[in-house]
Amino acid sequence: MDEARLRSLTPGVLTVLVRRGADFAAAEDAVQDALIEAVRVWPADPPRDAKGWLITVAWRRFLDARRSDDARRRREDRLEEEPAPGPAPAVDDTLQLYFLCAHPSLTPSSAVALTLRAVGGLTTRQIAQAYLVPEATMAQRISRAKRTLADVRFDQPGDVATVLRVLYLVFNEGYSGEVDLAAEAIRLTRQLTAQVDHPEVAGLLALMLLHHARRAARTAPDGSLVPLAEQDRMRWDTRLIAEGVAILQAALARDRLGQYQAQAAVAALHADAPTAEETDWVQIVEWYDELTRLTDSPVVRLNRAVAVGEADGPRAGLAALAELDDTLPRHTAVAAYLHERDGDLATAARLYAEAAHKAPNLAERDHLTRQAARLNTRRRH
Amino acid sequence: MAKYLLLKHYRGAPAAFNDVPMDQWTPEEISAHVQYMNDFAARLEKSGEFVGGQALAPEGAWVRYDGEGRPPVTDGPFAETKDLIAGWMIIDVDSYERAVELAGELSAAPGAGGKPIHEWLELRPFLTASPSATECH
Repeated sequence: MDEARLRSLTPGVLTVLVRRGADFAAAEDAVQDALIEAVRVWPADPPRDAKGWLITVAWRRFLDARRSDDARRRREDRLEEEPAPGPAPAVDDTLQLYFLCAHPSLTPSSAVALTLRAVGGLTTRQIAQAYLVPEATMAQRISRAKRTLADVRFDQPGDVATVLRVLYLVFNEGYSGEVDLAAEAIRLTRQLTAQVDHPEVAGLLALMLLHHARRAARTAPDGSLVPLAEQDRMRWDTRLIAEGVAILQAALARDRLGQYQAQAAVAALHADAPTAEETDWVQIVEWYDELTRLTDSPVVRLNRAVAVGEADGPRAGLAALAELDDTLPRHTAVAAYLHERDGDLATAARLYAEAAHKAPNLAERDHLTRQAARLNTRRRH
Repeated sequence: MAKYLLLKHYRGAPAAFNDVPMDQWTPEEISAHVQYMNDFAARLEKSGEFVGGQALAPEGAWVRYDGEGRPPVTDGPFAETKDLIAGWMIIDVDSYERAVELAGELSAAPGAGGKPIHEWLELRPFLTASPSATECH
């Protein structure tokens, strides 16, 4: 069994333990132990019923942990009287687990870490490595999150929107180290679509798939950023695009529009254009108008200004940009781009350099610096 | 979920409020200061926000390449260097506001007379290595 399939059993095993009366924090530790044991033992001795095996081992670990705590002996005796682990129930309440791990009382970084461990089945070491923090720090972050949740009932109803926000945060982290967080976010969102019938869950999955489809084309072999318009569209993953578009269309047909469906619609319009020149910018502007209505986020307005610049010309884009707060992240980069399109290379070069200075990551900074250098070189000749 | 570097300066930062050189403190004041720093790091480890930290020796050297087949050239230390880093700490926090809050706490480390130093710390965000998995337009 590959690691992703093994990890997909995590939420089911964990919810069985919780339903048998284990508290969430202890059950979660026990499941993590069982997963580590499975990775060690299964290659030589694979079980017939993988989930049953994990439940048995996790339950035993849970009881061992209880037993070692003398002060709790009484409570543990009661637990031991409960039925021995039987076959795994077919239905589990994985959805409850998503709600709990994205609980509004948690900070975003805690919710992300706990979701990756308790729902995703990643080890603390893997999560720490993915977020470039020491393992001890990540372990503390997770146990702190579990303490925060100590008084939250497992079956408390939750809000799908908070879960989606956490999953989108994971997706946006991309990948560093051995864990591909974008792929993991897609796996967890896909798993969520099996648990809950909600057009925005489908919308987020579509959005992730459509962005993921472009990943190979987004960076050059030297690691530098390739902007959408210059990407080699032959390198886009047509299978992922087809899947994303199909999921999006089914979601949109239900007529309950939300921000993720609208963002996915923009991504789908890009995916649909055989060349950058053939992009349907007029429709993209319309989707950004919808998004502005749905979220009124300044980032959406910034993206809308870019789209307006493509649909109605750079002057119109600059006019849309002028209405926005110029301290917004990437505002300067957008201004540089629109001025270049408008033919004002001196202003564009100056703004690209300024945008590079403010860039939040290395790839973007290098890209913007190259843009400035390209225009400055051209102006000298 | 953003990393910040807290930089402590030997030299180059604006003057602290309680600006008495450490060698003028009492040994107890020095112990209290060191204890405060250790407790601060331990607390951050507990809250899941600690990434790393080190103190640096005040004196180092400048090193540069000197051409094919030649050993690197070393020079210095230069006493006139304006900016001198004393140490650093890296934190991983949910927001800029939280980073500022923590830097403020660190700056309250006790100095002469057991009073907070009010030392200026430099707070610098990390550039992440890769852009996010999504792109706009």
